[in-house]
Order: sequence, then C-alpha cells, then structure tokens
Amino acid sequence: MSVAKNAIDVRGVSKIFTSAKGDSFKALDNVSVSIRENEFFTLLGPSGCGKTTLLRLIAGFEFPNEGQILLHGEDIAVLPPYKRPVNTVFQSYALFPHMTVAQNIGFGLEMLGRPKAEIAARVAEMLKLVRMDELADRRTSQISGGQQQRVALARALAPKPKVLLLDEPLSALDYKLRKDMQIELKRMQAETGITFIFVTHDQEEALTMSDRIAVMNKGRILQVGSPHDIYGKPTDRFVANFIGETNFLRATPAGAKNGLMKLSLAAGGTLEAPLPEGSLPSGDVTVVVRPENATLAPERKGMLSGVVENVVYFGTDTHVHLKLDDGTPFIVRQQNASSATTAAVKGKRFGLSIAPETPRVLKD
Amino acid sequence: MAANPAKVFAVKAQPGFGFIALFCFFMLYLPIATLVFYAFNAGVSVAAWEGFSLRWFESAWANSAVQEAALRSFLVACFAALLATVAATMAAVATTRTEPYRGLTFKYAFINQPLMVPEIVTAVALLIVFSRIKVWTGYSGMGYILAAHTAFCIPFAYLPIRARLENMDLTLERAAADLYAPPWQAFRRVTLPLLWPGILAGFMLAFVISLDDVVITEFVKSGGQETLPTYMLGQLRRQVTPEINAISTVFLGISVLLVTVFFFLNRKKS
Repeated sequence: MSVAKNAIDVRGVSKIFTSAKGDSFKALDNVSVSIRENEFFTLLGPSGCGKTTLLRLIAGFEFPNEGQILLHGEDIAVLPPYKRPVNTVFQSYALFPHMTVAQNIGFGLEMLGRPKAEIAARVAEMLKLVRMDELADRRTSQISGGQQQRVALARALAPKPKVLLLDEPLSALDYKLRKDMQIELKRMQAETGITFIFVTHDQEEALTMSDRIAVMNKGRILQVGSPHDIYGKPTDRFVANFIGETNFLRATPAGAKNGLMKLSLAAGGTLEAPLPEGSLPSGDVTVVVRPENATLAPERKGMLSGVVENVVYFGTDTHVHLKLDDGTPFIVRQQNASSATTAAVKGKRFGLSIAPETPRVLKD
Repeated sequence: MAANPAKVFAVKAQPGFGFIALFCFFMLYLPIATLVFYAFNAGVSVAAWEGFSLRWFESAWANSAVQEAALRSFLVACFAALLATVAATMAAVATTRTEPYRGLTFKYAFINQPLMVPEIVTAVALLIVFSRIKVWTGYSGMGYILAAHTAFCIPFAYLPIRARLENMDLTLERAAADLYAPPWQAFRRVTLPLLWPGILAGFMLAFVISLDDVVITEFVKSGGQETLPTYMLGQLRRQVTPEINAISTVFLGISVLLVTVFFFLNRKKS
C-alpha cells in the first residue's frame, strides 16, 4: 500500500470543537485511515461518532486541529473547499432553488471556467447518467425527493472530482427508493471510476454497498475492513454489537492448537475459536457468536445449553431467544425455509451447537 | 375554568373583548377616514361638507411648492433608501455569516441604535454637528438631509435582510464553495439571488420611513429644502384647507401600497 495508490490518507487527525461558552468536545481523536483509489469506502457509526466531521474535514468545511489529510499524497488539510478537487453530496441535497436542474449540474464546471459547449455536453452526459434527461429545465422545487437526490449526485459528479463525498444521502428517501438508489450508487461508482466516501449510520446500507468499511465510535476508528471482515470477524465489542445481532459469551482460554483456541465458557460447555491476531490473551475473554452460526440441538451433558424464553417470527427467519444456564441471553436465528429446523417452544431446554471457526475472540 | 381544565384561556371569550377591539379600530381609523373624506370636499372647510369635488387634488397638483417638495421627498427617499440598503446588506452579511463572538449582540444593538434613541435627540444632535460642518465647509446642500436619512433608515433596511439571511440554508453556500466558487462568486451567484426579496423589502421599508420623516428633516434642512412632510407641517401653521387632506390622501395611498408590497415580498419564502 504505497502512498501513491491511496486517494485519501488521513494521518493523525484530531478535531476539537469549542462552544461559545468555552466547553470543548473532541469530535475526532487521532484518526488515521487510508482510502484507496476507485474504492467505495464507508464511514459507519452512530450519530456523534465523528464520521460527518471527518467527511467535512476532507471537504474543507472544517479544518483539523492536528494531523494531515493527503489527496494523492498532497496535503490539502488547509485548502479552502473551492480549491479541493473533491465534491460533496449533501444530506439535504442543497440544490440551488433559483436555478434549473441543468444550471445546478453545470455550476461547478462554470465556476472552473470551462467553455460553454463543454459544460453543455457534460451536463447532458450527467443527466443521462442519473436518468433525468427530460427534466433538465425544471426548477429544483418542481421535482420529487428522489429526483432531487439524483440531481445532487449529478451536480457533484459533473466536475469529475478525484473523490466524491456522500453525507447520508439516502436518509431522506423512503425504503423502496432507498434500496434502488443503493444499487444506482454502486453502478455510478463503477461507471465513473471515482472514489466514493460514503457516510451512514445504517449498517445494512454499509454492508451492501461498500468495498471497505471503517466503523467509528466516539471520535475513533475501531476497525477497517471489507463488509465480510467487519461482520464475520469483528475485533472490537462495539463493532460486533453495532453491526448485526450478536451473542457475547464470557470464556476462559484453555490452551491453543493448530491456530485454534480452546475456550471454556462461563455458561457451560467448551468452544473452539480461531486465535486472535497478536499474542494469546491471558485472562478471561469475550467470544462473539452470530445468531445464524448457532443451531438448536438436543441437550447433551457438558454442552452449552439454555431455556427458550421467546420466539420471534420475521418472515424469512425466526429468532429464538434463550437464557443460558448462567443467565446470559442468547439468540439463535433459524431460516424458515429449512425443513430441518427444530421446533422451538417457550420453556423448553435445548443444547446449542455452534458452527466451528465462526466464533471470534474480542481484543477487549 | 376549574371544571374544565382542558379549556385554554381564550382572550376572545372574555367579556368586553368585542367592544374593546371595535373601539381600538374606531380610534385608529376614524380620523384617517375623516381626513380622506374631506379631501373630496367642494368647500374650503376641513370640517363642513359642501359636496363632492376633486378641486383640492387639482390645486395640490398645480401647486409648484407641493410639486417641488414632493419631488425632493421622493429623491431623498430613493437615494437614502438605496444607500441604507447597501450598507444594511453589508452589515447583515457581516453579522450573520460569522462564528458567534463576544460583542456580536452589542453590534446588533449598535446597528439598531436609531430605533431606540428618541428621534428628537438625534435631530438636535445632528443640528448641532451639521451647523458646525456648514460653517467649516460652507456647503449647505441636500447632502445633510441625505446623510441623516440614510443613517436612520439603515436599521429598517437591516432587519428584513438579516431575517432572510438567518433563515437561509447555510449548506447552499457551502455547496457553492464545494463546487469551486470562491467566496465572492458564491455570494454573487447563490446568496444574493436568494437574498433579493429581503433586500427589496428592506429598501421599501427604508423608503417609506424616509418619505414620512418630519422631526429630523425639520431640524436638519436648510432654507428652501422643504420635503413634503415639512411643507405640510408648515402649511398647518397658517391656514388649513382640504388641499392638505388631498396631499395626505395621496401620501397615504403610496405608503399603503409600498407597505403592502413589502408584506407580500416578506411573506414569500424561499
């Protein structure tokens, strides 16, 4: 990963906001992350985690207190927004209400002093890309929310930015439109070959769209990885908890063999999990088991087991909520299509069989 | 009330509400209605009706002193409102497009000072200062009235412009900057077009305020610099004919028109 291959390098960036009263708030705390060329990169986290602040620092609406932001190896952290080859799709779209759709899309190119003919051609191209050809002369107030979203995208893409920043652009759309736009965005990213940095608090959106995800909380990046890694191999309790449903089990390490770690669970029974990176943890650890990696089985002696407390039907699958012998809650997800599912009845005791190699030991 | 706690206090339901409301409207509009009514009097009295006529409108129209004063009032109002609006726009941008800092509230108060200082005090102060300047420079033209009017019009122009700027979505300016517009271009291409209704409203309000000012103008004007209101005041000291009513009626019409336009401009949101 040489510097030249990265679109954006954030190096040791901190941002502190100070209110008029003098209170200060550390929105970003020594954040470093590299975003590769032509990548769909997502900043994921709850509100107030710093993801939007990081985006605004890259856009140039805020300036870092510490650290560097490199664009293709060049520090842009102190440049004003109009000198950065980076464009933003705003959460509120921020379309200019006194201009037509075409004028909105052409605005960036016009400000760059491009010839009229070039602007017209590029605007037409963009209108086609977002499938809005017929609405070029409409006012932005005369089009629907979904269409405004497309115009905002076209406007930000028209000047061919090095990096496109998207600040929760789908949050105002209804569910169906949102699903369509997720696919559209992926397509546009592939077609234009521009690096996308996408901010969202919606884990499902992040998992479906991204090449890589950075999970953030309290001004820090906790884990960066592919959706598969983030979901399947969380290294942090927050990441495991924030993305998807998770069962946490306390365990004591009981030796390691062939890259697998033997664990004796506090709730009873034993488990094998891949060794976490780095050194073997000394004391007790937390193990993460995804609900779909556990199945109900007839109870055997020495097996992890619990009592069914609740059964929740979800259409495609059913969640079985159990209480383990030490009181820990545990959820098992059963696919409803499978005919082999064990009928879960409230109050009945079951053993839990956990797919090998799927549990993860957290760094803690 | 205690029997029905869900019922809110309704001022309309209080005894005497209708009467008080009627009385207030009566006191407000009856004198004006009377004034307008007698503008159409055929006789020379402003209190005894002698039949309908437009003769006082005609005589006011033909009166060269009225013509001159009206034209002067109009010109002063135009230029003062224009200058005040430009200054107010700059002040409004400077006080809204900034991070809050110590002394910002003080600055608001400072800009709006003419609204709080008694007009007579300002008038006397200007009289003293301007008479000094007149002695030093020998200049006694319309500049003094224009300067004074511009000064007291600024807060009236400032308020609607600032209100419009404060309600404007800041992300629009941010979007312009993001799309390679340097600050001046962002202002010219995005902020200013969206601010236009506020600026027009501010101009109109300033225009009306300048147009009907008496106190400051009376103190500041030199000989032969009558504006319409000071001319009317002067006429009242001599002999009152319905001509004054006719002038007032036209004046009223213009003011109502401008304020109505202002109201609709202000109501029209982005």
